[in-house]
Amino acid sequence: MIEFHDVHKTYRVAGRDIPALHPTQLTVPRGQVFGLIGHSGAGKSTLLRLINRLEQPSGGRVIVDGEEVTAFGATQLRRLRQQVGMIFQHFNLLASRTVADNVALPLRLAGELPGRAIDERVASLLARVGLADHARKYPAQLSGGQKQRVGIARALATQPKVLLCDEATSALDPQTTASVLQLLAEINRELNLTIVLITHEMDVIRRVCDQVAVMDAGRIVEQGAVADVFLHPRHPTTKRFVQETEQVDEHEQHDNFAHVPGRIVRLTFQGEATYAPLLGHVARETGVDYSILAGRIDRIKDTPYGQMTLAISGGDLDAAFARFAAADVHMEVLR
Amino acid sequence: MDTLTFFANVDWREIWEATQDTLLMLGGSLVFTVVLGLPLGVLLFLCGPRQLFENRLAYMALSFVVNVLRSLPFIILLIVMIPFTVLLTGTSLGVAGAIPPLVVGATPFFARLVETALREVDRGIIEATQAMGATTRQIILSALLPEARPGIIAAITVTAITLVSYTAMAGVVGAGGLGDLAIRFGYQRFQTDVMIVTVVLLLVLVQVLQSVGDRLVVHFSRK
Repeated sequence: MIEFHDVHKTYRVAGRDIPALHPTQLTVPRGQVFGLIGHSGAGKSTLLRLINRLEQPSGGRVIVDGEEVTAFGATQLRRLRQQVGMIFQHFNLLASRTVADNVALPLRLAGELPGRAIDERVASLLARVGLADHARKYPAQLSGGQKQRVGIARALATQPKVLLCDEATSALDPQTTASVLQLLAEINRELNLTIVLITHEMDVIRRVCDQVAVMDAGRIVEQGAVADVFLHPRHPTTKRFVQETEQVDEHEQHDNFAHVPGRIVRLTFQGEATYAPLLGHVARETGVDYSILAGRIDRIKDTPYGQMTLAISGGDLDAAFARFAAADVHMEVLR
Repeated sequence: MDTLTFFANVDWREIWEATQDTLLMLGGSLVFTVVLGLPLGVLLFLCGPRQLFENRLAYMALSFVVNVLRSLPFIILLIVMIPFTVLLTGTSLGVAGAIPPLVVGATPFFARLVETALREVDRGIIEATQAMGATTRQIILSALLPEARPGIIAAITVTAITLVSYTAMAGVVGAGGLGDLAIRFGYQRFQTDVMIVTVVLLLVLVQVLQSVGDRLVVHFSRK
């Protein structure tokens, strides 16, 4: 749906060229929720704005839905932007317009629908985001979560194929974040809408994204299916992001286990394997003893996963390891 | 000394005429100031740094003209403008003769205030409207101006009050008005009673303008 070929962006600040995005290749498949994570200044905001050309690339080609948008003139660009919705961290609603008028604005600007049809579309969009009773209110009368729902309704007004989310939940509290993310996931499923979102929170990626790209200093340093990147991070930046959500420091953990006898392994279960009674089986068959040192069972989008650090002693260790390796489980020997 | 003898010098018919002249000058010049100053303010804003039509040269040129006009004392402008005023209205005298210099004096001031009001609009609003596929014209008309409306109304209020004080000088070209009355009778003929009446009327006028402006600002602020 979206492709980047050697796209790069350099800002000229005080006579010097500052690279914001190094030459980048990227493919976002149709219908996916694609997450870009990075610290501020990593270039994710620039990358997002290159898709609807709120930023002009210094070079390279951006392709959206088979069309090279980097070659577009002003008229084509406006048409593209009607097909690419966008929501923002600070919502960017017009304070002078009611909720209904905010949602209607993209349609009025496009000028393709008659007034009645616009009213109907607005009513159904507001119902979809759960704000049917708030149509006559002004944005200042709404909570943050409601404002973002208005933003989402507005972004969907022109029935776009792509939705860009610029730190859409960063200004919201955790509970509101969860409900807005759920709404995005529903929209993604119902409308088969391709969503590209940027965030600095791994938790946002874990909840809604299918794929993730990790950005650092203007480069994509790691990319893949969320479960893979989340459970087996390779780049130091990715590891830091994952640790932030787990709130565990690995070094600290190892020190704490110094007095624990036996071998220490970390098992990672994914999908149905998470619920299989593997540990008991292996213990009985090979005679090993195990104690659980740390563990977490959670979901990545719709996929359950479990990660467990075990101390194993006694019995037939090699056979136990072989059993783990043979099962649908990823095993790392930590000690 | 009772009240009647104290106001002995006050010719109420003259006061009424002067009040009408002041209101005419104010109304006429305010309309033209807004009609000319609003686009100028929008242009100043758009050419400014990091804006839609960012253009250093145009911005500097516009800024220079605005600054020159703003630094001229109004009383000087009134006299310098005389040939131009005659060309425009056929006379340099009376209410009609006062309006062109009033407009030229107030427009740059108002344009600056409009520019400031537009800068107060969150950049994110412009970005969001751009992302909807709006043309520049649509961004200005559908987003920038409506969002800046409270600020623009406040700017009109301040400009109207500035114009009231400018009209006091318009007596120089024989435009009449309350200020002129205060200078000619109150000051030059030592008629304190005329001075007091005219000053009170000007005060009331300014108060009314300010409170109407404030109410409109509150009405249009949805914050």
